[in-house]
Amino acid sequence: MASTWRDVINRIDAYRWEIPREYKPGMLVPGLVYASESLLNHIWQEQAFEQVANVAFIPGIVGRSLAMPDIHWGYGFPIGGVAATRVSDGVVSPGGVGFDINCGVRLLRTSLSGEEVKPKIEQLVKELFNNIPSGLGSEGKMRVGEKDLDRILVQGSKWAVEHGLGTDNDIDVTEESGCIKGADPSKVSHKAKKRGIPQLGTLGSGNHFLEVEVVDEIYDSSKARVMGISDVGQIMVMIHTGSRGFGHEVCSDYIKVLVGAVRRYGINLPDRQLACAPVNSDEGRDYLAAMSCAANYAWANRQCITHWVRESFSRVFKKSEREIGLEQIYDVCHNIAKLEKHLVKGREEYLCVHRKGATRAFPPGNRDIPDIYHDIGQPVLIPGDMGRYSYIAVGTETAMSESFGSTCHGAGRMKSRSAARRGLKGSEIARELYDRGIIVKAGSMSSLAEEAPIAYKDVSEVVDIADKAGISHKIARTVPVGVIKG
Amino acid sequence: MGKDFDILEHTADTGIVAYGGNINEAFSNAAKAMFYLITNLGPIVEKTHRDIDIIARDKEELMVDWLNELIYFFDTENLVFKRFEVTVTNAFRLKARVYGEKVDKSRHLLKTGIKAATYHMLKVDENGDHYMVQVIFDI
Repeated sequence: MASTWRDVINRIDAYRWEIPREYKPGMLVPGLVYASESLLNHIWQEQAFEQVANVAFIPGIVGRSLAMPDIHWGYGFPIGGVAATRVSDGVVSPGGVGFDINCGVRLLRTSLSGEEVKPKIEQLVKELFNNIPSGLGSEGKMRVGEKDLDRILVQGSKWAVEHGLGTDNDIDVTEESGCIKGADPSKVSHKAKKRGIPQLGTLGSGNHFLEVEVVDEIYDSSKARVMGISDVGQIMVMIHTGSRGFGHEVCSDYIKVLVGAVRRYGINLPDRQLACAPVNSDEGRDYLAAMSCAANYAWANRQCITHWVRESFSRVFKKSEREIGLEQIYDVCHNIAKLEKHLVKGREEYLCVHRKGATRAFPPGNRDIPDIYHDIGQPVLIPGDMGRYSYIAVGTETAMSESFGSTCHGAGRMKSRSAARRGLKGSEIARELYDRGIIVKAGSMSSLAEEAPIAYKDVSEVVDIADKAGISHKIARTVPVGVIKG
Repeated sequence: MGKDFDILEHTADTGIVAYGGNINEAFSNAAKAMFYLITNLGPIVEKTHRDIDIIARDKEELMVDWLNELIYFFDTENLVFKRFEVTVTNAFRLKARVYGEKVDKSRHLLKTGIKAATYHMLKVDENGDHYMVQVIFDI
């Protein structure tokens, strides 16, 4: 093995690095990593290049096996990986989506200022914590039966809005309008449904969170205004969660099916976790139908939580939701496979774009983004760790022509969970953040310790690389003032 | 008698290496290691049990299915287990009775949520009278 990344990868420019096909025999396309030199050292150490190279083996892959600047070592596919395969003769891989199907981020704005919220922040965080089930082993307060669940799996956000848990506007400003077509509940196992029923309307644990944030920098005020972000000091709410145990089970079920398919179709893979099947096969179609169910479940989940956020603000500030102006800016998924049309070598091709820890970043004028964002591009929401900041960006033409309309999705871990636990205790982290004006409430202090800010890369470095490479442009930055962790 | 398991750490994910004098012991210790990641095993009382019967295409798949089945019980019934009576037969069939109880947050400290056992870097190795298994979890 080469001793440094300098021996194996080619510099394209300061933020683009190519892993040539010679890196590993069997690669069908080269790899492309968006990174700075300092990030490359880290990526090299944890062998994430190897995973980018492995993804380049999957049949029908076009362009390059891509790694966003927040890439880190995953299982099979790296996290922060994007791979597009031809629908006609390529494959779909559940590992290229991840276990938490449609893990994603929703951002709500308010008309409240930091000054108005700070005196009540402890009360607000407590109210949100009590009103929104979170943490390991928590059950939702929704009472849905199997028939309701089937409707949720087909309708996504719409089901929640029809049940009074949101507005039509929420749906308009959600990726895919909160519902991927082609969802078929008959392709989902009974076990997945059993895991999904009690967990609807829960935040979960791990890196999932709900944050009350305040805008602290605006980089492009005219575009920010289109999103209803008018001033530094404005309060926002960010929700980060996914399809919970339902999605995990769908992924596990179909990896098992696709491990069989790999043998049947004679596919050569360097890692079993890359298990895949032709998009145009029974196995491939069934997975996409089940994955769509999980994606729709996740949107319904974030929609329920959105409703309880509004309810909580309304109670604490004793104002109507309308007065508080709690409106949705956008909702993105960052673990998904989508059938999309892209130009490949000047020709339009129908592709299956896997984004595992990557965010869609469509440019201005794209017909798949809401009309209100037609002139500025699709909002991209990039959460950071709980002690620093999160970003709002927009998609670009460069993303469309180079990264299948994709950009980064977050900070990316730098330290393992146990290394983080060996640092500060959860209660010490909560106190330290309190001293900096950030109120944290967590279901478990141990999980809080694992999510310590020092365990993550600085998200600003990640967002700046994406910005300089041109695959997304940053619009505004927020800092947390209240955090709910699972 | 050596140790039953070790915990493996990667940046984003966590895994286990479990040992055993035979395949049954190795499968049992892998389950024990997984529940150790979720909670401390000491306070778990054997109040109830569940029976598991799985058939797989090879021993690697059997290991992944076995651990995912236990995660399923945790997710749907909030059960944590501490003792695992496992019998693995040659044709990749596993029968087990597992003992534990429902989570009681006053006694059980919940540490880490596990989404699934993965095939990534999965190993189920036999070396004479020693078995070694390695599993990476998505958490």
